[in-house]
Amino acid sequence: MTDVAVVAFAQSKHVAADPNRNEVEMLMPVVAEALEQAGLEREEIGFVCSGSCDYLLGVPFSFVTALDAIGAWPPIRESHVEQDAAWALYEAWVRLQHGDVDTALVYGFGKSSLGDLHEIMTLQLDPYYLEPLWPDMVSMAALQARAYLDATGKTERDLAEVVVRSRAAAASNPNAIVAGTTTADALLKEQTTIAPLRTSDCPPITDGAAVVILATADRARAISERPAWIRGIDHRIEAHSIGVRDLATSRSTALAAGRAGAADDKVDLAEMHAQFSHEELIVRDALGLDDSATVNPSGGPLAANPVMATGLIRIGEAASRISAGGGDRAVAHASSGPCLQHNLVAVLEGE
Amino acid sequence: MGDGAGETLIDEHVLEFPGGYKRSVGPVVGRFLTGLRDQQLVGVRTPAGRVLVPPAEYDPETSAAVGERPEDFVPVGPEGVVTTWAWVREPRPKHPLDRPFAWALIRLDGADTGMLHALDAGTEDAVHTGMRVRPRWRAERVGHITDIECFEPA
Amino acid sequence: MSGRAIEDLNEDGPVTKMHAPIRLEYRIGAGTAQSRFLRGVAEGKLLGQKCPVCSKVYMPPRGSCPIHGVPTEEEVELPDRGTVTTFCVVNIPFSDLAPEVPYVCAQVLLDGADTALFGLIAGMPAREVRMGLRVRAEWAPREEWTYNLGNIKWWEPTGEPDADYDAYKDYI
Repeated sequence: MTDVAVVAFAQSKHVAADPNRNEVEMLMPVVAEALEQAGLEREEIGFVCSGSCDYLLGVPFSFVTALDAIGAWPPIRESHVEQDAAWALYEAWVRLQHGDVDTALVYGFGKSSLGDLHEIMTLQLDPYYLEPLWPDMVSMAALQARAYLDATGKTERDLAEVVVRSRAAAASNPNAIVAGTTTADALLKEQTTIAPLRTSDCPPITDGAAVVILATADRARAISERPAWIRGIDHRIEAHSIGVRDLATSRSTALAAGRAGAADDKVDLAEMHAQFSHEELIVRDALGLDDSATVNPSGGPLAANPVMATGLIRIGEAASRISAGGGDRAVAHASSGPCLQHNLVAVLEGE
Repeated sequence: MGDGAGETLIDEHVLEFPGGYKRSVGPVVGRFLTGLRDQQLVGVRTPAGRVLVPPAEYDPETSAAVGERPEDFVPVGPEGVVTTWAWVREPRPKHPLDRPFAWALIRLDGADTGMLHALDAGTEDAVHTGMRVRPRWRAERVGHITDIECFEPA
Repeated sequence: MSGRAIEDLNEDGPVTKMHAPIRLEYRIGAGTAQSRFLRGVAEGKLLGQKCPVCSKVYMPPRGSCPIHGVPTEEEVELPDRGTVTTFCVVNIPFSDLAPEVPYVCAQVLLDGADTALFGLIAGMPAREVRMGLRVRAEWAPREEWTYNLGNIKWWEPTGEPDADYDAYKDYI
């Protein structure tokens, strides 16, 4: 197994809507910033992989035009996943195992402001039994939230406490859209939108992009004073139908975490792709974290949720804290599909 | 396209496939949809003995093929029990009902899995996990999940 | 409520098919660079954008150099005439919006540009269209102009001698 580390991470200044920049304009400065951090020229990158969703823009194959932000001449080695770019990072990690290239650039981008994200996400559902009913993204999440509360005896106050902590953490994140001091009492005074969820339990509509650069052993040490080594990475998917799953738990997260070795040693911090407050509680259980781990120090997806980059940002946020000496061991989680169907877990360590 | 005060030109864009895709539903989903047209609910029994409703072509636990023999399909319901739910205060235009309603995962009598549908219960207070519900059928049925207009308290 | 098929695809036999209609609405911004270009088009100007690294002039511009991945902020006004680099003759009517068949779609390399623009060729029989043909834009009446390359109805021959193959061979 080739050692691979995160050596650079850059993200756009996320906003609720960025009408003045198209995807390429949003992405270009982020790519440039990541390359500068790594001290790499564009031509030195051995493999490029991206994650995005054509439905966000409403244009089939729109992802090919995003390559204008990378510069694809002479022709480059490139691939794309139609899901969160955390899975593009996984593909890049696998590609680096071949040993013939020693750097990879991974990017994810999405503008959720262009269409109706909550309806767009309905199109990821089974087209026979689910999609014709148009259960939107929040409705699906609310069904899982209720199942979790029913199974655990927890209450909407427990969900509100997640939001309070997330917003407080986000106060120090310049990329956060939702941040600040609040209380569970104040949040619980809001009316539910799709009960048991309130707007505060849901992620903000966000336009944004992120870039991570990976490098293998010696190259990583040359680029970064303290690379964030990917010590374990795994992803697992479960059945699509929410009617055949135990919605109160996330077996796929637990399995991926076990394979990645998340619980093999003390975890200093965890970045979770929990778009909704209850998802953080479910994922936390599945990762087997104890109370000593700092959860979502960036504020997590409740603070900013540039869809298709959000999961990659979890890995980037965790890695940049490791590289900055803010911890020795971190767990990053990314999710895809309705109600936490598909989950990726990466374990990152300093040296 | 309009030229407002902003830096960028904004245009309306509609993504539409006129008439929609015509999907082939396959024999297992097709058996369920045929049942709906006849105002009947059917599940499919897996080799392990569990009854999946709505039916799938495979057992989600073992991936074993399901529904290859006519006798694998079994009648279920029509009543069932709510296993989880979510209350929609303000329905969206595409939602199945135009008044406040609940999404519910419903385990029909005789089934081992849940089926998603809308539950017309009037008020949020009237809904709880474990409540019994029954389908409200449309008069005009075509073999589609919306042949059930919604569920209602039993 | 959407998604319900009223038409019965299956008549009285077993259900084997279903409709799956999809309609989503968006408000899309062209982005800063493309908006500059389209505002030019609305005034009858064709503004290419130049790469600061390789000096290629992109027409139509998309705001970045796809070779170098950098913004193309310098604008270059180009004439509305150029050379056909390649073309095809369309003999099948496939859209209500398209002209009567046969018609000709072509790539037109404006003088001073490094990429070619897509357009229709008119004002001559389809069979006489050729690579190297010199053409100029036939604009729609000014009162119909909008933020759209449709302001150019089609491209017509200028009557100049054909361009040498060497002049455009690198742009095909």
